[in-house]
Amino acid sequence: MLVSWSASEGFAPQEAEARPSRCPDNSAFKQQRLPAWKPQLTIATVLSTFFLTGAFCLSVGICLILSANSVREIQVYKCSDCSKLRENSYNWNIECLCSVDFKLKEDMLGDVFMYYGLQNFYQNHRRYVISRSDAQLLGRDVNRSYCAPFTTYNNGTPMAPCGAIANSMFNDTIDLFYNFNSSVIQVPLLKTGNSWWTDKNVKFRNPQSHNLSSAFAGTARPPYWQKPVYLLDEEDERNNGYINDDFIIWMRVSAFATFRNLYRRISRKRHFADGLPAGNYTFHISYNFPVTKFKGKKYVILSTMVWSGGSNPFLGIAYVVCGAAATLTGFIITAIHLKLRKKKTYFQK
Amino acid sequence: MADPIRWARYRWQRLISTEGREVSSSSNSSSKRYQSSKTASKHRIVIPCLGHFKEEYEKVSKLYMNNKIRTTKYTLLNFIPRNLFEQFHRVANLYFLFLVVLNWVPLVEAFQKEITMLPLVVVLTIIAVKDGLEDYSKYKLDKQINNLLTKVYSRKEKKYIDECWKNVSVGDFIRLSRNEIIPADMVLLYSSDLDGICYIETASLDGETNLKQRQVVRGYSEQVSEIDPEKFSSRIECESPNNDLSRFRGFVEHSNKDRVGLSKENLLLRGCTVRNTEAVVGIVVYAGHETKAMLNNSGPHYKRSKLERKVNSDILWCVLLLILMCLTGAVGHGIWLSRYSEIPFFNIPGPDGKLIPPALAGFNMFWTMIILLQVLIPISLYVSIEIVKLGQIYLIQNDIDFYHEKTDSTIQCRSLNIAEDLGQIQYIFSDKTGTLTENKMVFRRCSIAGQEYCHEENAKRLESYQEMDSEDEDSADAQYASLNHMSKRRGHNCRAVNESLKKKSLDQLSGSYPVAGRENSASDVPHAGHVAFSSRIETDVVPDTQLLEKFSQISSHSYQQSEDAVSKLSLETTYIIDFFLALAICNTVVVSVPNQPRQKMRHSSLGRMPIKSLEEIRQMFQRLSVRRLSSSPLPSIKESSSESPNSFVSKLSIFKMKLASPALDGAAQRAAEPHNPDSPENPQLSEELDMVNVAAGSEHHSAGSSVKGSSPLSKLCYEAESPDEAALVHAARAYKCVLQSRTPDQVTVDFTGLGSLTFQLLHILPFDSVRKRMSVVVRHPVSNKVVVYTKGADSVMMDLLGTASEGTKNSEMEQKKIKERTQKHLDDYARRGLRTLCIAKKVMSNEEYTEWLNHHFLAETSIDNREELLLESAIRLETKLTLLGATGIEDRLQDGVPDTIQALRKAGIKIWMLTGDKRETAVNIAYACKLLEPDDKIFTLKSQSRDVCALVMNKILEGIQKNTSAKKTKSQKLGNVSASPTTQAPAFSAGLVIDGKTLEHVLHDSLQNIFLDLTEKCRAVVCCQATPLQKSVLVRLVRNKLKAMTLAIGDGANDVSMIQVADTGVGILGQEGMQAVMASDFAISQFRHLRKLLLVHGHWCYTRLTNMVLYFFYKNVAYVNLLFWYQFFCGFSGTSMTDYWILILFNLLFTSVPPIVYGVLDKDVSAEILMQIPQLYVMSQKSVAYLPSTFWITLLDAFYQSLVCFFVPYFTYYGSDIDIFSFGNPINTAALFIILLHLLIECKSVTWIHAVVIVGSILFYFVFTLAFGATCKTHNPPSNPYWIMERHMTDPVFYLVCLLTTCVALLPRYLLRVLQGTLFPSPVMRAKHLDKLIPEEQREAIKRWKDDCVVNCRMEFQVTSGSSSSATGAVSEEESIASVLPTSKTPLQFCSRGGLVEEVSLSDIQDESGNTNSLSSERTVFLNLSKETNSDSYGSSNCCAKVSQRTSEEGKSAISLAGLNTEQV
Repeated sequence: MLVSWSASEGFAPQEAEARPSRCPDNSAFKQQRLPAWKPQLTIATVLSTFFLTGAFCLSVGICLILSANSVREIQVYKCSDCSKLRENSYNWNIECLCSVDFKLKEDMLGDVFMYYGLQNFYQNHRRYVISRSDAQLLGRDVNRSYCAPFTTYNNGTPMAPCGAIANSMFNDTIDLFYNFNSSVIQVPLLKTGNSWWTDKNVKFRNPQSHNLSSAFAGTARPPYWQKPVYLLDEEDERNNGYINDDFIIWMRVSAFATFRNLYRRISRKRHFADGLPAGNYTFHISYNFPVTKFKGKKYVILSTMVWSGGSNPFLGIAYVVCGAAATLTGFIITAIHLKLRKKKTYFQK
Repeated sequence: MADPIRWARYRWQRLISTEGREVSSSSNSSSKRYQSSKTASKHRIVIPCLGHFKEEYEKVSKLYMNNKIRTTKYTLLNFIPRNLFEQFHRVANLYFLFLVVLNWVPLVEAFQKEITMLPLVVVLTIIAVKDGLEDYSKYKLDKQINNLLTKVYSRKEKKYIDECWKNVSVGDFIRLSRNEIIPADMVLLYSSDLDGICYIETASLDGETNLKQRQVVRGYSEQVSEIDPEKFSSRIECESPNNDLSRFRGFVEHSNKDRVGLSKENLLLRGCTVRNTEAVVGIVVYAGHETKAMLNNSGPHYKRSKLERKVNSDILWCVLLLILMCLTGAVGHGIWLSRYSEIPFFNIPGPDGKLIPPALAGFNMFWTMIILLQVLIPISLYVSIEIVKLGQIYLIQNDIDFYHEKTDSTIQCRSLNIAEDLGQIQYIFSDKTGTLTENKMVFRRCSIAGQEYCHEENAKRLESYQEMDSEDEDSADAQYASLNHMSKRRGHNCRAVNESLKKKSLDQLSGSYPVAGRENSASDVPHAGHVAFSSRIETDVVPDTQLLEKFSQISSHSYQQSEDAVSKLSLETTYIIDFFLALAICNTVVVSVPNQPRQKMRHSSLGRMPIKSLEEIRQMFQRLSVRRLSSSPLPSIKESSSESPNSFVSKLSIFKMKLASPALDGAAQRAAEPHNPDSPENPQLSEELDMVNVAAGSEHHSAGSSVKGSSPLSKLCYEAESPDEAALVHAARAYKCVLQSRTPDQVTVDFTGLGSLTFQLLHILPFDSVRKRMSVVVRHPVSNKVVVYTKGADSVMMDLLGTASEGTKNSEMEQKKIKERTQKHLDDYARRGLRTLCIAKKVMSNEEYTEWLNHHFLAETSIDNREELLLESAIRLETKLTLLGATGIEDRLQDGVPDTIQALRKAGIKIWMLTGDKRETAVNIAYACKLLEPDDKIFTLKSQSRDVCALVMNKILEGIQKNTSAKKTKSQKLGNVSASPTTQAPAFSAGLVIDGKTLEHVLHDSLQNIFLDLTEKCRAVVCCQATPLQKSVLVRLVRNKLKAMTLAIGDGANDVSMIQVADTGVGILGQEGMQAVMASDFAISQFRHLRKLLLVHGHWCYTRLTNMVLYFFYKNVAYVNLLFWYQFFCGFSGTSMTDYWILILFNLLFTSVPPIVYGVLDKDVSAEILMQIPQLYVMSQKSVAYLPSTFWITLLDAFYQSLVCFFVPYFTYYGSDIDIFSFGNPINTAALFIILLHLLIECKSVTWIHAVVIVGSILFYFVFTLAFGATCKTHNPPSNPYWIMERHMTDPVFYLVCLLTTCVALLPRYLLRVLQGTLFPSPVMRAKHLDKLIPEEQREAIKRWKDDCVVNCRMEFQVTSGSSSSATGAVSEEESIASVLPTSKTPLQFCSRGGLVEEVSLSDIQDESGNTNSLSSERTVFLNLSKETNSDSYGSSNCCAKVSQRTSEEGKSAISLAGLNTEQV
């Protein structure tokens, strides 16, 4: 190392009078004597944790299962004709309508939600996920680099909205009809209020202009779209453009390849004040969205909701299983303990 | 003056002509540093830095490096580039740099570019700051050294002026005073000593505290006055700078072309301290980095801890895992893509509208995955490890138990990155002197004429030193320290502090040249600390009352004593007198007086000529006796003693007038005062006061009187070559047998009863390791007879005793009795760990002496094999001695050394003692500190050839193996019968003693393995007479061959190399300078601190760090796998369901602090328990906490937890309308809970800090995600965290998911810990449990544990090493020895303690040993060793045939035969 003797100079104790002692502080922290909770795995604590966990999980699980059981859900998939038509991409602009009949065996009480479901649609593909411009959706027209290659047309006209997500937006129209005493009543559906409030009011904004079409002047619709963005909902100004609920919901990319998106809610009016009564129903679907391309399927789903979400019973079952396992382990440990207590080991308490 | 210039020119030209090109290129080159080394590739010419040589000086000397040193790595300018460069030498950092670069490739980009850079930047910054701080401290130290002051001759002012060290350059004249440090290597040109000798202390270079003599260059030594640099007109030519401390070659060429050779005797080395010499002048030949001291500093030794290496290998596993996962992703992506014939919506075509083929996409995906899953390679791990280590070091440094009050020093951790190695030490290599012992030799006991004087009071004094007198020593130390500090401060700002300088110059003027600081401070110990071996504890000896009583009789007797009165005195009294005379005379101690210009007490020498004839001797004797009578100082002593204190002061005041220094006046008075009350206690003090008067009275006619040139003697100082000698002389002084002076010709001893006796010193037969004794031949002034005083190791001395030739039968009996009793005492001393010496004398008749003298003269003058003849001559003299007595000197063990060693050994650490000391001393100390146990078998390896060595070691090994196997079978049988664990057998334990010479053979490649085998079977190894190099080679051997963790501990510079080689180097802040400390990783003040350092801090640091590292692996694997599992559901497209920022910050912020706190503060077992049960150390030593299986179990657990953490939310949300980032949120949150709670399960103790940090982390996570979700609308384009957390916080399912996930994920780990804790508790867990017990129970439990452990450990030991045996007591020890050495006839020696003289009787020795070996030769070898035997079987080894032959011829040789006698073959 260095010259040692010189170091000895450096390390020589300081002058006696002024020298603070080098004696370290005798504080609990520095001497590592902080009061500490030392978790001891004694039989009492161990058993109590297992049994308590078990009891808790079991009870929560049962609650969950019970509540999940009250959820009514119906899933409909048909329209083979149209899907065949859409297989050929040249027919993409030929209108295809199909109707699907189904029967509700019991009432669906409470709020009823109508979803469209897609299977095998990898919305979570990385390059798909990033292919959007949040800035554009906020009404600013900057930084659309992530949208590539759905940014501009060859002639330089920017797409509005840009990106693969927007481009592939689900564009079927679904109407629900109730066959009530041989008369067909259209079930009133709410198309607003389905998306997150924050998305609708904060995250998505139309470009500032006196009217919507002029706001989107100079832009073009995405290639797969049939109509421009400012015509998404011609009836409701507050549901048009970027702040269209269907669009907003679509833009919230799904986590899995098989997913559902909220499409409409049943407006609880007249016949449907308590939800959907049992009976025969028909979906009228304007079939636009091709699914055979990616070997997928489409569904229409009607479902009610409870506090614990939809009809998925998994969480409840998982809780029950977990609780059972914990309790069982608790018993096993008790058995081991009882057996070993006779053999006095060193510290068994 | 023209002549020298021409000369120089000539030399210069010659040099140019020989090395022409280099020189010419160098002269116009600006780079001094490299050119100088080039020009001086062979020689260096030093030309004095003086006016008339200016030209040459500029040319030559200016090219050499000046004395400025720089040891820092960075400068302000190059810090950033250089540090970055250094940091990217780390593979890990390169890897992360690669990732960053990779992320800039658009095809494979996974994150935002800036995000990937974040971790790397953070890591680099933290490390850079740390490096910068380290370098800054070095810089400060350099600055301090460079700014020390020294006196350099200035051309302009024609005198010596203060200069900073850094301004010293080659060719400068430097004047140094006593106790000053030499700033550069210089040739000694002048010494104030009349003989041209300068004493230096080289402790900082080689660790030896004794003084070395350096000689003024021949031709300059005769000068009376100080050399005048102006008149110096010679040149010095010497070899170019090299690092060989023991060599210096060169010559001085005077202006008249006379050449005078230079050797290392003329060179003062940088870093040494001038001692006992008032002033020296030298000319600098090497400066700065070219000095030998600096060249010997091989630079810092970067160490990497074992754990870190292991971590690195496990990181490689992680890399493998990563590659595997990425490959899965790549292949999966390829397959997934190939399923689609058309372009689906979600797959975005390239710019050309086409999709890249699946194979290429898969390849790209591989790299994307690497970026995505990079967290698997924990970048934060390195930073965290560094931080944790810093924290651990901080806590170690603050441990109050390492505080040593006496020196006000605590532990210094000089190396920040190997704290955890302390927990894995398997071998300790310890220095002896100063490390195990205090390095203070203390006279402890003596036995005279068979009567023991145990010096109880002295013992009490020694004990009380610990408490009472420590203050005294403290004050002395403090003075010394403050002095040091002062000089340091002076140097620090390069401007002289006026006061001290003034004082200094005053002192200089007055000619008395003591250290200013000390004189000013009022102290009754005016002389502590600065002379080797003279701390108070060593110098003060309280006489034994019994012996003192006998002494008083002598005195009264001797007053009326006539020349032949000796015979009248009782035998015992003469013994006592002779004994103390021997103590005082038989040595090579240099007497000096501090605070005085002339150190050496010189008497007018009578006969300078060597005495050659009897006639001369007779003449001399007559002169001597006359002188004694005439100069008897007795009356004056009597007179003066009545007025003693006053006269002393008055005397001093005379002196003071000379000094004309008021400051000194006060000091003198103060110095005088304490003497007054002290006098009864310190009898020798009053004696000295008397001496002052004597000296003063005779001052004017000093030439004729006994003391020449003397001035007030405040205290005599003894400078001894070995501390033992000093101790003996001090002991003698305590009995008022004061060694007054020593010159080459005579010794003066002031004996209370007999007055001042001046012995004519006829011969000194110096100590050598073959004879193991030294003798002085003097002419006794009283009896006029030639007397030989011999002192030496009892092993040799006892055989030299002869029966008194003229004695009657009665006295013969008496002698025998004395011998027996003394031997008994000696054995007793040895058992107490004292260093024993026998004192003997021999009175020679003149005829005998003449006869011997003739032989000796022949030997001295012979040219061929002079050494041997001299040895022989010495042996001839040292026969038929009369045993006077024996002494026991204690090199006191430091406090708690035996306990520490025992504890460390119980901890499974093997301890080797490597010392430069003699074998006997080493073995004694080894016993004293319980390194060797009394019932150990000691094998002494001592042979002079490699072959013999191999044979001996083989034999021992065979023996041990046979022995153990025999015992094993027995014990097995027994075990079957009794089967009780309590059948404790005395384990066969062996110790190995090996000396330096043998070590050389043993360290040869061919023998290394067998040697290591042997040492593995020995519980302790003592290496004596080992050189520093051998020490380091040994350490390296064990470290490399046995793959063991080694720790070297030492205090001196001779331990530096081994400290650097060892995995962990520990330096002791001792008395021998700071070199060891500087080289060490940890510096402690006491050996006993090692116990806590290893057992507690080592254990803690190791377990903490391993647990933290494992936790880190777990954490990263668990977290990264979440992303990996998601790939299966997103087409292996590299999507992350978590926001990138949160993903990166998760490791960097949310989960980084708790593991660090865990790594710094976790405490599995309390310090008390760890100290009491050293066996726990074995756990960390065997890295139980970090076995490969542990690593894989941890990874498995991580996999399981990540599976749970991913799939519980997955199934919960399956088929719902949840979006990616909403799905990621509960996963992420659950992961946070799991990871933090996992830590809580792993924590052995949870303090409020843990709680705060964990709760804080969770809160911070929520606050961050909430804030992020609330504000981030577009800041983070690809991901979309907006309002997700807020929504989840209102959703009960979110909580339920998190709860369930956490529970399920952690249950197995919890269960595992539960089962471990109850069913298969590890010792650590059991120990942890002990903490909870109340004290009584705890004590009981620990006791039980220890009992239990003895059995366990032994069994374990047996299994691991296969060496120890758990044999039953059925096999007697004698049997075991016999079985160990069935046929050995080598100089294999068996020592057995307890005074037993044990002969290794070999079955076939007796008949073969024959009678060619004379009896005496057999007996002289070793008293308590095996009989030396001849052997035909080893006839081939004729290496030492010569020696043995001579032995048999002479029949008297005391050479301990290391080889074999071969003449019989």
